[in-house]
Amino acid sequence: MNNLYVYLEIENGKVEDVSLELLTKGRKLADELHCQLEAVAIGYQLHSVGEQVFPYGADVLHIFDDKRLYPYTSLPHTSILVKLFQSEKPQIALMGATSIGRDLGPRVSSALCSGLTADCTALEIGDHEEKEKTYTNLLYQIRPAFGGNIVATIVNPNNRPQMATVREGVMKKEILNLGYKGKTVTHDVNQYVSDTDFVISIIDRHIESSKVNIKNAAIVVSGGYGMGSKENFSLIYDLANTLGGEVGASRAAVDAGFAEHERQIGQTGVTVRPKLYVACGISGQIQHIAGMQESAIIIAVNNDPNAPINAIADYVITGDVETVIPKMIKYYKKNSK
Amino acid sequence: MSLRIIVLAKQVPDTRNVGKDAMKADGTVNRSALAAIFNPEDLNALEQALRLKDQFPGSTVTLLTMGPPRAADIIREGLFRGADGGYLLTDRVFAGADTLATSYALHKAIRKIGDFDLIISGRQAIDGDTAQVGPQVAEKLNIPQITYAEEIRSVEASKITVKRRLERGIEIVEGRLPVLVTVNGSAPACRPRNAKLIQKYKYAKTTSERQADDTVSFRGYDSSDYLHLKEWSAADVNADGKQCGLSGSPTKVKKIESVVFQAKESKTLDSSDSQIETLIVELITNHTIG
Ligand SMILES: Cc1cc2nc3c(=O)[nH]c(=O)nc-3n(C[C@H](O)[C@H](O)[C@H](O)COP(=O)(O)OP(=O)(O)OC[C@H]3O[C@@H](n4cnc5c(N)ncnc54)[C@H](O)[C@@H]3O)c2cc1C
Repeated sequence: MNNLYVYLEIENGKVEDVSLELLTKGRKLADELHCQLEAVAIGYQLHSVGEQVFPYGADVLHIFDDKRLYPYTSLPHTSILVKLFQSEKPQIALMGATSIGRDLGPRVSSALCSGLTADCTALEIGDHEEKEKTYTNLLYQIRPAFGGNIVATIVNPNNRPQMATVREGVMKKEILNLGYKGKTVTHDVNQYVSDTDFVISIIDRHIESSKVNIKNAAIVVSGGYGMGSKENFSLIYDLANTLGGEVGASRAAVDAGFAEHERQIGQTGVTVRPKLYVACGISGQIQHIAGMQESAIIIAVNNDPNAPINAIADYVITGDVETVIPKMIKYYKKNSK
Repeated sequence: MSLRIIVLAKQVPDTRNVGKDAMKADGTVNRSALAAIFNPEDLNALEQALRLKDQFPGSTVTLLTMGPPRAADIIREGLFRGADGGYLLTDRVFAGADTLATSYALHKAIRKIGDFDLIISGRQAIDGDTAQVGPQVAEKLNIPQITYAEEIRSVEASKITVKRRLERGIEIVEGRLPVLVTVNGSAPACRPRNAKLIQKYKYAKTTSERQADDTVSFRGYDSSDYLHLKEWSAADVNADGKQCGLSGSPTKVKKIESVVFQAKESKTLDSSDSQIETLIVELITNHTIG
């Protein structure tokens, strides 16, 4: 009872990275709270899920295995989580801020009247005072808030579970112990779902594994709105190709059509921790910085000497992208062997 | 066949154009510098609704928006583009609502509107990017949801087929009416305003707008029902005040902080050849690149 739950996303029997990242974070939070970490697997042919999740420190794995539960549809997965949570009363429930988690999370939270915070960039445990009452050990759901350089800490003092979604890549995935052993509980699916839960059916589905692999790239070259045009944005590709890196983008660049959404770095995109991050024509708003501030070395190329990105950069190059990027390419080619 | 369609739409600050003037010197947001706009994905949603109306004459498209009195603009904007009518849900008690309290209020208003076949909304609003309100409204109405829709492919009898655009692919799903659909920005853009409809609706006003400003002398107003935009309070939709606004919101903002990034000691260079070459050589030497 009152444990920390992580909803697992499973594609073709494989647990997605975002869920393993949440288990890693969940393990740490559960230790702080002195509670157990429980994982919920809903799908079909889930026999190998246990060996995938126990090394991350899951104490209990709940299995709901039924042909009708894969691929994901909203209603049966909602019914299962709602009933499971009503009986197990988790204090915290985490899921990925993916097209599944963002479909499921709100529906579950509405049914349970519990609060849900989307796209958290940090999760911590702490106390909270309100109306002369002290709440201990609440989940601090931390996310950048609209527009400016602010982050908001959100709490759910009274309602349970405290629910939050987190994007892929925001938390680190780390095996706790290869030999960690948890317990598997296999549930009778028919106790949880009814026929009316299957009113939506999937008649066709094409899901590809992501082509873009910025998350694991050692070098990321990103372009922002300051690149000016799609044509100019090709300079970003040129530099990335020269350095052997991947291409990233700010949201303004994605919105302007300079780059695909998959390449967006930041709060509502991917989080990266490369050894080198080159930000070209990016102002450095909080939502962008949230996705790259842990890069080992940051180079900012901006014609505004006071651009906010400069404050977190190791190297600030003040100048036009059209001038600076070709020079970087030129001198790399000249000096690398 | 005709369909009764409700479109959920929100007025939002235009966060896509957070320019330099949008930031105050102290680093906080200057909201007044941001234009209030029709949430972009809600326009995609409206277009899907209007396409169904084109396909099934006699269908009705009704907008529902919650917000301050000036959000009546959203309804006018919808009427200019082809919607049939709309409701503005506005009340002080709605202030400070999180997504759960918002969806509570919206679902009460939908109940008040009455029967419907389809509710369509944008996937998410650009001021919060949560994508929560659509699914929460669906849950409260106890109807299924189809999120991330790119196209409503067909509606036949009570069967609906929708193409969904997910992060890494597409899905074609089939469901039954009534259903709530949330529409992605990748769906077709909304048709522009129609000149005739602008003529028809430019004096459309809510009662409070009319009271606040009777300088626009339009003689037809009082006798033209279609110009009266409907405005509802929490009481009008039988909403329980405790479940609205701040008190109905399980999530509380504990604190807001300006982010102090650990400003690094940075080396500043200009765009001269010599400085850039020195930097590149330094990075090659310390094995950051190359
Ligand atoms: C809820 C929410 C979520 C968000 N999520 C994200 C997210 O995940 N990722 C993200 O990136 N943003 C996100 N944003 C948007 C974010 O607030 C900023 O609007 C966005 O990051 C700005 O992109 P930019 O820096 O490319 O554009 P701008 O802020 O317009 O900056 C352009 C920069 O280019 C410089 N420049 C212009 N011309 C040149 C030139 N010729 N040479 C050199 N420099 C030049 C300018 O000085 C300026 O600094 C989000 C916003 C909201 C509200």
